[in-house]
Amino acid sequence: MKRRQFVRTVGAVSALGAVGTLGLVAGCATTGTGSGSRVVVVGGGYGGATAAKYVRMWSDGGIQVTLVEPNASFISCPISNLVLGGSKTMADITTPYDNLVRRHGVKLVRDTVVAIDADKRLVRLAGGTELPYDRLILSPGVDFMWETLPGMARPGAQDKVLHSWKAGAQTVALRQQLEAMRDGGVYALSIPLAPYRCPPGPYERACQVAHYFSKAKPKSKVLILDANDDVTSKGPLFKKAWADRYKDIIEYRPKHTVTDVDAATNTLKFEFANDLKADVLNVIPAMRAGDIALKSGLATANKRWCEVDFLTFEAKAAKNIHVLGDATQSAPAMPKSGHMANQHGKTCAAAVVSLLTGKTPNDSPIYANTCYSFVSDTDVVHVASVHRYDAAQKTMVTVAGAGGVSAAASQLEGQYALAWARNIWADTLA
Amino acid sequence: MKRSRELLMGLALCGLSAWAAAEVSPVRSMAAACANCHGTEGFAQTGMDTLAGQAKDALLKKLLDFKTGAKPATVMHQLSKGYSDAQLEELAGYFAAQKK
Repeated sequence: MKRRQFVRTVGAVSALGAVGTLGLVAGCATTGTGSGSRVVVVGGGYGGATAAKYVRMWSDGGIQVTLVEPNASFISCPISNLVLGGSKTMADITTPYDNLVRRHGVKLVRDTVVAIDADKRLVRLAGGTELPYDRLILSPGVDFMWETLPGMARPGAQDKVLHSWKAGAQTVALRQQLEAMRDGGVYALSIPLAPYRCPPGPYERACQVAHYFSKAKPKSKVLILDANDDVTSKGPLFKKAWADRYKDIIEYRPKHTVTDVDAATNTLKFEFANDLKADVLNVIPAMRAGDIALKSGLATANKRWCEVDFLTFEAKAAKNIHVLGDATQSAPAMPKSGHMANQHGKTCAAAVVSLLTGKTPNDSPIYANTCYSFVSDTDVVHVASVHRYDAAQKTMVTVAGAGGVSAAASQLEGQYALAWARNIWADTLA
Repeated sequence: MKRSRELLMGLALCGLSAWAAAEVSPVRSMAAACANCHGTEGFAQTGMDTLAGQAKDALLKKLLDFKTGAKPATVMHQLSKGYSDAQLEELAGYFAAQKK
């Protein structure tokens, strides 16, 4: 549908919406109650689900929140590498959206947004429904830059060569490929240039697959092909784990940029290295903000990521549209992580409640990131950082002297990592 | 909720909203950043300390001891250094005020 047609179709609905909004403004010109205001949240991941819950909670239920999410349940990317390693199941990382609905009164719509009309403040869903909003919170996650790997466009290629970088069906399928692989086979994992979702994730995945191989098929190899010059997160800790625990299994090759994939022959092609064949290919493509953000002109940084005002997460490209999580152009040293998306969700929720009730958003947000990585089924390392708003630079900066990494991998941190998962899942969804 | 409705009925509709009580203060926002590990409003799931309803002085001492290194930790010694003593006191006060 062309934009003009769309605008005409929704005209009637938006006129009604405008009357409602005007009525509210006229009645409460100075201190709006926000009561009856409509927030639409797109995407039920760490960012969107948290924002939906906290807008309801912090408005005492005064603001209507509709969450648009195509999946039936939340499936966590953090901990999903343990499903590949065999120590956790899909059930362990899956949480229904029920509590957002029952406990917090979020209206859940299982659908996908196909268009945003910023002028009319409406989103159109694949199913044809149109949802008006006063504030739109977009948490679209990432989509892949398949155009950088032409061979992956061939029929069946994406079913055979998996990324498994969105937890779900591909997590299950990759585990099956690993189980089916012969002992003595090679699993090759390619990592794109940063920035990408979850900086330490690929290195944790290498540990998990190597852990599984060490138990089930010890003659097998894990080959890490990293486009980056070096390990992008927790480098010394991962390298120590590889040397101490998986010396004969893991091989790390930096500066290996994959330029194409031949899925039929399981072959990777590189910028500056010979072709490489493996038994199981796991290609993590370069990524960018989710499709809807790009399509809506919100990805103002290299047509890849969405620039936002870090006080409110309002997109620089559009009024009343907020963008969260991995899709944002990250502030300096701010990782694209589920933990950080949850923090974005709360900062944005506070700002949206303030804005819809005629108050000024907090001008000095401060929050932290903690990211745990399993180097075996029990032992864990972390990286932590604290981020505060810097008014002069108008962005979030890390607090000097704070944060750091583990001294060494430990089982104690393994227990904390699982407790972290339980808590953040509850904070996001319960 | 009942209290909110009574308030709302008793007051001019827009003169003073029932929401005044629900304002997202800066300390509430700051405290929400702890919830990822310690649960929403400090009510933790198993495996992490619940902060809600702890005595303010004890909580503040713990945070300051993490910050100075007097109390060993896996992560909190790194995170507490990101906050001023005054911010830690505000956080301790906020969580102490959450009902058990």
